[in-house]
Amino acid sequence: MKTFERILWLVAILGFIIGAYGLYDRVVNGHVNVSYGSYIPWGLWVGAYIYLIGVSAGAFLISALVYVFGIQKLANIGKLALFTAVITLGLAMFSIFLDLGHPERAWRMILRTNFRSMMGWMIWLYSAYFILLIVELWFALRGDLARWSTRQDISGAIARVLSFGKRDASAEAAARDKRILRVLGSIGVPLAIAFHGGVGALFGVVGARPYWNTGLTPIMFLIGALLSGGALLTFVTWVFGPNRGSAEHQETVLLLGKITLGLLLLDVLLEWAEYSIGLYSAIPSDAASMELVLFGPYWWAFWIFHIGLGVLVPVTLLVLFRNSSWAAALAGLFIAFTFFTVRLNIVIPGLAVPELEGLRNAFTGPGLDFDYFPTLTEWLLQIWIISAGVLAFLIGYRLLPIVPERQTALSAETARE
Amino acid sequence: MPDTREKQQVQFIVAEPAEGAPDPLIRMQEDLKRALQKPVEQRRWVMVIDLRKCVGCSACTIACVAENKLPPGVVYRPVLEEEIGTYPNVTRRFVPRPCMQCDNPPCVPVCPVNATFKRPDGIVEIDYEQCIGCRYCITACPYSARTFDNGRYYSSHTPALQPYEQLANFEYGETWDRSQGDSPIGNARKCHFCLHRLNVGMLPACVTTCIGAATYFGDANDPDSLVSELIASPNVMRLKEEMGTQPKVYYLT
Repeated sequence: MKTFERILWLVAILGFIIGAYGLYDRVVNGHVNVSYGSYIPWGLWVGAYIYLIGVSAGAFLISALVYVFGIQKLANIGKLALFTAVITLGLAMFSIFLDLGHPERAWRMILRTNFRSMMGWMIWLYSAYFILLIVELWFALRGDLARWSTRQDISGAIARVLSFGKRDASAEAAARDKRILRVLGSIGVPLAIAFHGGVGALFGVVGARPYWNTGLTPIMFLIGALLSGGALLTFVTWVFGPNRGSAEHQETVLLLGKITLGLLLLDVLLEWAEYSIGLYSAIPSDAASMELVLFGPYWWAFWIFHIGLGVLVPVTLLVLFRNSSWAAALAGLFIAFTFFTVRLNIVIPGLAVPELEGLRNAFTGPGLDFDYFPTLTEWLLQIWIISAGVLAFLIGYRLLPIVPERQTALSAETARE
Repeated sequence: MPDTREKQQVQFIVAEPAEGAPDPLIRMQEDLKRALQKPVEQRRWVMVIDLRKCVGCSACTIACVAENKLPPGVVYRPVLEEEIGTYPNVTRRFVPRPCMQCDNPPCVPVCPVNATFKRPDGIVEIDYEQCIGCRYCITACPYSARTFDNGRYYSSHTPALQPYEQLANFEYGETWDRSQGDSPIGNARKCHFCLHRLNVGMLPACVTTCIGAATYFGDANDPDSLVSELIASPNVMRLKEEMGTQPKVYYLT
């Protein structure tokens, strides 16, 4: 797995350097070199935001399986799940921050919140979730930070700072941590459902866009979050997981794979409900957005990326190779990667259908058409953001006890003392 | 960034009626003067567009662009064009579409920072200082009436930016200088019934420009106004009426 880690480092550094041009263009030229505008006001960056926030919510809810429901087979990946949730939350926030027309006014969302607006709720729910995540991650790491305080390397120095003097590595302290984690996780579960269901509701309540305006939308967001978060965690655990190569590690990955398969099938069921009902309508305008998804110029995003690579290939891997952890990990990677197209296929087709007959050619100009494809700047900035996140993850993995080596050996030592 | 907004002095500009029958513009101008004497919450601005007279010249579209100095990608009043039937029995329908200034505006509740709101006189206003540019309101409008100012210029990629597009505009009665990258760049923008012109006793630019006198404007709370008479026509309709948004733009078909 060292090779995999090296590949990730290389890809992330490349992405960070090449993508930096996108950041430069966005900061210097604003929203000039982008494809979104008036008729299609939301594009790649909004799609990336809802994708990343979904992964964060999903990873967090998987961590709840550890800290709230105490599933033993997943116990070792609790910290990994929380850490993944923190990183992807940061990426999501940064993505949507730069998408704003006036990011420097974002503070107005706190001082003049309109609670009638779903977006008004988001800033508060995200802030609460962010604080809860950081605190819960700290408590999850506390015991290990205490143990690492004695190390002489940079990890030791960081551990000494981050432990805030709480160096108690005893069993009582660990038990107390577990209780606190249970409480925090229990608060976090409804919070995560609230904020990610809320993101779905943000789309669902827009009556002007029939493609979004169903009660199914928030549910699909939640299931999609669990699926994409769980899938990513499956892959991440296989690459970085504690005690790589051990039977315990294999069992953890396989269990995550089974959870991912269950969620994938549930997601397929919901998508079938959404598309079959929508397309079957005898009123053509209701089906317009879905027809765009399935048969429009970007049909391949749905059929090849999502159905092919994101459903059929993972199902084959997870069913035919149900005892191979590498198959589960690969399936997870495919699902996590292609779920981005699912999110994009929510945002853009909802907006790419003209609301009025005769609007298409009434007045043209940049942003006043119904064709959207992200510009180079949009792609590069998103690549930069994701690369920065991967780098942050890799650095955290190296410096923090997210997945401490010789974990069982260390706990055995402590127990003997 | 220096505060470049200034308040306009309110003046009344009145044209002298010509000999003979009063031009609808003169009538509307007098309706306007009368309405402006009332407190703002007693006015109810509405627009009536006679589709039988509209020839699809789009002069109103361009007059609005010129009046508000709209940049590329922003349009407040496009004219929808539809061809119906097959030759030789074919016709074209032209529908100018400003902001409907709905009484139940779907764009207002979704703004996370309360930057857009319905004024007492019926116009749905956007506070350019408050708007963070999230563009949620743009998705929520069923009429595609709201646009986003990306910050583009017509003379980009030419040797020099032209002076005409570096001038400030006076929307909502304040001075907005885009040339420094400030608002309304990055904001949602839309038709506001030329509120800045109403405040000085002038009709909206689209109304005065229309070559077929197809666009009317006035105070629906005034039973003597021209628009009140027109709204009572048997062939009146509004766009997407079944949605219940209660648009304040009426069409005569």
